Amino acid sequence: MAQSVIVQVGQCGNQVGCCFWDLALREHAAVNRKGIYDDSLKNFFRNVDTRGAGDGIDISKGKICSLKARAVLIDMEEGVVNEILQGPLKDIFDSKQLITSVSGSGNNWAVGYKFFGSLYRDQIVERLRQTAEHCDCLQCFFIIHSMGGGTGSGLGTFILNVLEDEFPEVYRFVTSVFPSGEDDVITSPYNSVLAMKELNEHADCVLPIENESLFDIVSKINQMVTSGKPGQTVKPESLVTSNEGGIKKKPQKKPFDTMNNIVGNLLLNLTSSARFEGSLNMDLNEITMNLVPFPQLHYLVSSLTPLYTLADVNIPPRRLDQMFSDAFSKNHQLIQADPKHSLYLACALLVRGNVQISDLRRNIERLKSSLHFVSWNQEGWKTSLCSVPPVGHSHSLLALANNTCVKPTFMELKRRFTKLYKKRAHLHHYLQVDGMEESCFTEAVSSLSSLIERYDELDATKDLPIEDQRRLNIVI
Amino acid sequence: MSIVTIQLGQCGNQIGYEVFDTLCRDLNSTQGFCSKKENELYETSCKEHFFNEEKNGVPVARALLIDMEPKVISQTLLKAAHSGRWKYGQHSHFCQKQGSGNNWAYGYSVHGPKHKESIMNLIQKEVEKYDSLSGFSTIMSMAGGTGSGLGAFLTQNLRDTYPNSFIINQIIWPYGTGEVIVQNYNSVLTLSHLYRSSDALLVHENDVVYKICAKLMNIKQISFRDINQVIAHQLGSIFQPTYSSEGSFQYRRNLLGGFKDPALYTSWLQPSDAFNEWRTQRAFNKYEKSAALVSNSQFLLKPLDTIIGKAWNMFASKAYVHQYTKFGIEEEDFLDSFTVLEQVLANYCNL
Repeated sequence: MAQSVIVQVGQCGNQVGCCFWDLALREHAAVNRKGIYDDSLKNFFRNVDTRGAGDGIDISKGKICSLKARAVLIDMEEGVVNEILQGPLKDIFDSKQLITSVSGSGNNWAVGYKFFGSLYRDQIVERLRQTAEHCDCLQCFFIIHSMGGGTGSGLGTFILNVLEDEFPEVYRFVTSVFPSGEDDVITSPYNSVLAMKELNEHADCVLPIENESLFDIVSKINQMVTSGKPGQTVKPESLVTSNEGGIKKKPQKKPFDTMNNIVGNLLLNLTSSARFEGSLNMDLNEITMNLVPFPQLHYLVSSLTPLYTLADVNIPPRRLDQMFSDAFSKNHQLIQADPKHSLYLACALLVRGNVQISDLRRNIERLKSSLHFVSWNQEGWKTSLCSVPPVGHSHSLLALANNTCVKPTFMELKRRFTKLYKKRAHLHHYLQVDGMEESCFTEAVSSLSSLIERYDELDATKDLPIEDQRRLNIVI
Repeated sequence: MSIVTIQLGQCGNQIGYEVFDTLCRDLNSTQGFCSKKENELYETSCKEHFFNEEKNGVPVARALLIDMEPKVISQTLLKAAHSGRWKYGQHSHFCQKQGSGNNWAYGYSVHGPKHKESIMNLIQKEVEKYDSLSGFSTIMSMAGGTGSGLGAFLTQNLRDTYPNSFIINQIIWPYGTGEVIVQNYNSVLTLSHLYRSSDALLVHENDVVYKICAKLMNIKQISFRDINQVIAHQLGSIFQPTYSSEGSFQYRRNLLGGFKDPALYTSWLQPSDAFNEWRTQRAFNKYEKSAALVSNSQFLLKPLDTIIGKAWNMFASKAYVHQYTKFGIEEEDFLDSFTVLEQVLANYCNL
């Protein structure tokens, strides 16, 4: 079984990462009744004998001794990481997995990338190597970060480069939180566009997330939970937003915690078929193989259903088919996008729980007529069936779409960038960093423009009639 | 007369399990609908073909399980052992830690050469157990990466290493509306390569089997288990030992009165020669009477044409090709494969 390593960078990255680890532990605890260190745990966790001195020896089989997360936590401020180390999850991390500093990146991509990047490169490589050495077959790095700030955005994408240089064979999946329109960081458009260039060139696959979408989903759930309709109590552990709190207990849950849990659940569902058994498995390398038709077009829109399960057993569960319909509605997407009205290049359905191939087929048949697929991939569906459902649910669905509906997000980003750049606002903060030049900006926006252009070209083919290509002529 | 079954990839291993389970259940069933002596003769022959006898009496399947990631093989070995009726050999499997990622090129060009020696050694060890080896039967899907890519590589090697044994590939033809997006590429590459080394390709179409489950068997919520069991039944029926007049079990040609319409057959084939029938008294898998039809006909033309068409459309836009060139399968290799298959299509069309 292959292993994955999570690299969480910056404040957002670490908070989301923390939620992920909490959810992962709960999921495995629900499935793993005998406390045996099995193959599915091995993916994200080491089993360490901490009784001896030093690092602790890895135990590859047998009873669980002490689980350690396969993670590297990086932040240029200490606040968030320190909170994690004092919170309920402190035992799954050890000090060798952290890199922190004190001054922060000042919401400046150049500081994160150029300054801290060069300062900490060796340390970063060393930490990554150590984590990789604990894996007998490292398959994938997951980077979690935000695009709008300085550390997650700058140092995060610097690390992406490092991963490509040092571990070229290992896949790089990036979960990027894009800034919203009302973001309070004025320079977030600069940071995001500079980071996008790196994602374009060095990531195998990017899962963009927008805070606005997460916020909308959380509001909808809260409305549902507090509406107080009789018989509509929700099973608490089934909320896609629930957790026990990865950071030390706060009297009142901050809204970000619930939003972060959605992203944590996304990562869990993405890797479920690789960790658990099922009748049609899907490994992480199959995601890139099937969903990335051209190297540059590797942005995948994700949607998760269901968002909650009703606790009342007298109310029949929402029909399975509803779950599939929901996955394609714009209310369930994790970015502000409407895939149904744009063009699909490819689509993957990762199903968990008691769902069979006939349910899948029925729903694909039902939905495909309302979706637009690119001419050379008319039936481009990748499917997987994992037997183990998530905690609190009998089944769930994660839909990943390579769809031109990401284009508006990128166009909006470019618009905000241009608005600032035209006035050369705040540019000096960046240019005064060693190694940073104006060409970085022009190259970055040019990279974004060409990406948007590729989506434009594809969109142009959307309503054209489909012609079969002339086949080879064989002379008998 | 023994057949070594090689189960490749998730599909191959899941189906392979059902095949041996079906054969074993049938062996032990009391519904043979024939005389006791018949039953015993049949049982002995069947066991000889498909199982090795172990000291404690639990039959061991004559099969090798090969996959590039461990989950499915572990599951399969466990299920067989738990059944109590039969099991797989202790050292009859080979697996790695990371799968082929639905990438034919990875299965063929990376996993193949890398593990060639270990896998061929495993096969050799199995072959050495038998006095006479008839041949190999591989079970693989065309849509994925291991069954298809590694399967094609392995078939080539089997041909080179055992030139006198027959090789029959059981191929699972994927659903039209996809399980894997690059399934058409993988299928085209697999078929074109198998043509060069295989003696026969026995095709099972998921769409067709699915319809059988839905329409003929009226199963409401069809699972892959249901599909695999139908395929296992079909396979079991075909490989059943049959009777010859001398009382020993050998394949024998037996002419039958039916199917004499010459329009069914090509011009160079006499109806009486074309149709072969093999009979056995003993019923199979609880059906009182059953018949299995294996045909070499134009039946597969349409599905083949569809797959080539879809693959060609995708290839024209060069979509996903970079995933294959990354591991050494170049555009010329694609073109070669297309050419081979268009040739096959044309040959069948001209019958």
